[in-house]
Parts: sequence; structure tokens; C-alpha cells
Amino acid sequence: MVQSSATETGAHAGGVGGRPKLQVQGVHINFGGVKALQGVSLDLLDREILAIIGPNGAGKTTLINSVSGVYHPSPGRIVLDGENITYHSPARIAALGVARTFQNVALFKGMTVLENLLVGRHLHMRSGALASGLYWQLAQREEIRHRAVVERLIDFLEITHIRNALAGTLPYGLQKRVELGRALAMEPRVLLLDEPMAGMNMEEKEDMARFILDVNDEWGFPTILIEHDMGVVMDISNRVVVLDHGEKIAEGSPGHVRGDPLVISAYLGEEAAA
Amino acid sequence: MIYRECGIYRTSYAKDMALFPIPLDRWATYAIAAAAFLAVPLLASDYWIGGLIVPFLCFALAALGLNFLTGYAGQLSLGHAAFMGVGAYAALILYARYSAPLLLSLLGAGLVAAGVGVLFGTPSLRIKGFYLAVSTLAAQFIIEWVITHVKWIGGGVYATIDTPPLRIMNWWLIDTPVEKYYLTLAVVVALTVFGRNLVRSRVGRAWMAIRDRDVAAEIMGISLFRYKLLAFAVSSFYAGVAGGLISFTYYAAANVEEFNLFLSFRLLGMIIIGGMGSILGSYLGAGFIVLLPIFISQFLGGVGKVVGRLVTTDLLANVELMVFGGLIIFFLIVEPLGLARLWRTLKDYLRLWPFPY
Repeated sequence: MVQSSATETGAHAGGVGGRPKLQVQGVHINFGGVKALQGVSLDLLDREILAIIGPNGAGKTTLINSVSGVYHPSPGRIVLDGENITYHSPARIAALGVARTFQNVALFKGMTVLENLLVGRHLHMRSGALASGLYWQLAQREEIRHRAVVERLIDFLEITHIRNALAGTLPYGLQKRVELGRALAMEPRVLLLDEPMAGMNMEEKEDMARFILDVNDEWGFPTILIEHDMGVVMDISNRVVVLDHGEKIAEGSPGHVRGDPLVISAYLGEEAAA
Repeated sequence: MIYRECGIYRTSYAKDMALFPIPLDRWATYAIAAAAFLAVPLLASDYWIGGLIVPFLCFALAALGLNFLTGYAGQLSLGHAAFMGVGAYAALILYARYSAPLLLSLLGAGLVAAGVGVLFGTPSLRIKGFYLAVSTLAAQFIIEWVITHVKWIGGGVYATIDTPPLRIMNWWLIDTPVEKYYLTLAVVVALTVFGRNLVRSRVGRAWMAIRDRDVAAEIMGISLFRYKLLAFAVSSFYAGVAGGLISFTYYAAANVEEFNLFLSFRLLGMIIIGGMGSILGSYLGAGFIVLLPIFISQFLGGVGKVVGRLVTTDLLANVELMVFGGLIIFFLIVEPLGLARLWRTLKDYLRLWPFPY
């Protein structure tokens, strides 16, 4: 199956579809009196890049947090591949194959890039304290096998030159890329990217967009992408969901959403929409 | 140029992931091991071996244990001396009262301490930092109280169990300082290699991930519950073995007074001065703290002779405390990663020396 490449941007491409991998059904999240999400529903299809956009405070990150188990919706359901994961702990949801990045980079600063990515392999490894400590046969073979997997990712993301650098010492753009690598190392069933291009310059944004498209080409992880830059969203996503004040106000192809009067009023104000 | 990595090509991941990928490091380590096993017993006097080197190794082992917990997993403990105490009593109860084999008694000491450590580690699942420190402080007091008040453990208030002669398998009597030194060295080296492997593989990475960003660690699928408690277990295991070992080879008894709160602080001081999150740092810190009082008394003794006044022992003790406190403040401000970091800086410097590029 051929996936969308940068040239046929924004269009539905072959391979997207089938049964939804992730279903968000009528999710409500309240923080005291603040209604962060009010009955948001969406489906994430296989191999697609679904962008979630919306003004500040629309509830985009809250939605991702509730999928990855940081918050638990009530009422509402989150279903991954037919399994209800609404009330699972974050670690358990990760074990089921949900990987994510964070809006403010959350790398392990005191560890090298290599070690950061190897932490991403944690769930694919088995060695416990005894095997690790003896570092004999089993544990050593496992370490080497996963090292090879991680090295391929390092190659893919073009960060070979910094593999032994401490993550905390890297420039911001590279940290974002390492964080993407750490999520990819988990070989997820669903990938959640929380503003992977926030605070980047044009060049870095283009690099990151290229990586996201390449990842989609190579592995086809169904991806939810939160992004502010409308240009990027229009270019790389298959579908777009628009949130405003915790509610979904539009959904559809990038072209369709761009012309929606509700979306225009949410972004530009009432008069512009009229 | 003395210490160089140039021209050393690692052609497989196994070679790149070896403990000492650089030949010079490897040879240096062999040399230190040879010195420890051969030269020290030949050259050092019995006083040095029995009175300094053996306790140094035991404290280094305990500091290493604390380093797993604090330096690697990022959880503070102010009760580590108490875990050593648990190990000391467990070892002697097993060895003296139930005549278990020597090495099995040490293993048992570690396991009992690990169990107690996990028990007192459970608050770490709910609280962090300062509050966790206070709850481990409670462990120190509770354990001391239990040891002195439960008659079965040490027989009441003084709670002392004397160490009977040490024998391995009924034929090797461990009696002289050199023999005790070999016993201690063997245990400490084995556990150090084990610990070094632990921190460079899956478990160690999980600990460091929790230390650096616990939320992100959980999102990576690391169970905070399991790995925090594992850190307490391994850390207390090391403390317990160290406590048993030092009671066997140095104190010649298990005595609750030795494992007081001040020792907990000293252990913390060792890893702060030596280096958080560093195996080498645990040794450097322990060596520093063990040698410090001797250095100070020699120095002040010399000064006393010059100015013609006798230096009293209580003055020495107070100066030791002041220097200890001062050093901790100094390291926290100037070099939070301790002596191990200084050593590394020196190595980085020597890599290019004498050329400035």
C-alpha cells in the first residue's frame, strides 16, 4: 500500500481506513468548574494522520492526556482496537501500544540520546533485576538486539552525531526530534504527537514534517497530531478535527475544514466568519 | 594524549557496550584489582587493613546501595543506616543463633533488609522529595526502637550480639585482618560488578527515567510502583549486606548504636561528595569520609605541635563535623556531581592534553 507523500498533500491516500484503531466516545473532562472537554468523539483510522487544531485552551492536550491515561474521562469512553482503556493507568495504556510526545519536551535530561531511546524499548525487553545484574547471555543478547533497533531509528532520524550526548544539553529542535524517536522506539499501535513543531523555525518545522510523513510512509502508525501552524496541518494531515471550548466544532478533510464558517469564527472572530 | 580514544574502533555493539571499551581503562581496572588482591595485603599494615580499609569497603558498599536509590532512582533516604542495622542483626541471628553458613547469612541479611526497605519505601509511591525524606527518617527511628525493644532480636536494651569466629564451610577460619579483608573484598567486588551491570541495562535506565521525569517514564510504560520499590529493595539489600559484613569483620558484634542517624547522614554525605549516580563516586566518597578524620587529626596534631598546645579529642571530633558539613555545602554548590565528575573532567582534559584543540 502506498501512503501519502509530501507531494499529494492533504488528500486521502490509499491505505487509510478500515476499522478505527482508536475511538474517543463522548469524552467529558472537568477540572473543578472548568469544562475542559464536553462530549468530544472522534475515530482514528489505520495509517492516517489526524490533526487536532483549535485555539489555546480548546482542550487539545487534555484530549491527548485522557487517551494516554493521565486523566480519566467521566462520562466517556476511550477504546483502543476494540478494548476499553478508559480507566487504565498510563503505564498500562503504554503497554497496550499508545506512545506520545509532550508539548514541553519531557526527555530524560540526565541520560544520553541512546539511553532515552532505549527507555522507549523498555516494554519490549524482559530482563529483570537479577538478569540485568548478572548481564550474562540472556540480558546481554537482549541489550544488543534492542540496541540495533534503536540504532536504526537514530539513523532514520539523522541524529547519529549526537547519540552519546546528554539529552538535556541538546538544542530544542533536536530534543523534539529525540522525543519523537523515543516514542517511535515503542513501536506503538497509536502515536500521539503533542505540538511536535511548537517553537521551531521554518526549517526545523519542515524537517519535522518530513520525518512525520516518512514515519507514516515507513510504518504507518495511526497518528494524532496537535499543531497550531495551519500550513503544516493542511500539508501533512489526512483529516482534521477542530476543537473550541472543549467541543468538536468541525471534522473533515483539510480543505473542507478551512472553509468552515465555525472554524473561521473560532480562529479569527465572529466578523471574519460573517 | 595520555588517555586517548582515537584509533580505537568498536565494530560491534557488544564491543561498544563493554564495561571498559577503552583499553587503558580496562588495564587500569585490572591493575587496581591486582593491587587490591595482592599488593594491599603485602604492603599495608594490619592496622591499616583492619582499621581503615575493611570499614572503607563496607561503607562504600552501603553508599553504593544508597546511590542506586538516590543517585539513580532519585528517591531520598535518611534511614539507610537503619537498613544496615537490620542487615547486621539479621546476619548475626542467622550465623550465630541458627548456625547458617557465613555467606548464606550475608545473603539472608541482604534479603531481610530488602524486605524492610520495601516496607518503608512504600510511601515513595505517594510522596516525593522532602516529604519522602522525612518518612524515611521515621524508618530510622522505628527500626532503632524495634531493635532495642524486641527482646528476640538482640535481647533487650543494649541489643548486642557478639560475632562468633568466622568460618566458611567449617574449614576456613577467617581470623586475621588480611583474611577478613579478602572476605570483604570478594563480597564488595562481586556486588559492585552486579550493580554496574544493573545500572547500565534495562533496570538502571528505568530508574534514571523515573529520576529525570517520572511522568514521562510512566508514559513509556515503566511501572513507578514496581521500579521505585525495586530501587528500595536493591538499595536496602546492599545496605543490609554491608551492615552484616561490617559487623562480621570490623565491629565484631551487631550493635544498634553503630547504625544511628548520624551514619545515615554520613552515607548521604558520601554520595554527595563522591558523586550522585556514579559507582566510582560511591567509592571516592566513602574513602574520603573514612580518611577525613585521620587526615584532620594528623593535620591538627601537627598544628598543635607547632603552636605548642595539646589538641583535645573533643576538639578533633567537632572539627571533623564542621569540615564534613562545610564540604557538603561546598560540593552541593560547586560540583553537585561530586568527585566522580571531577575525575571525569580530568579525563576529558587529558584526552587532548598537551594539545589545546
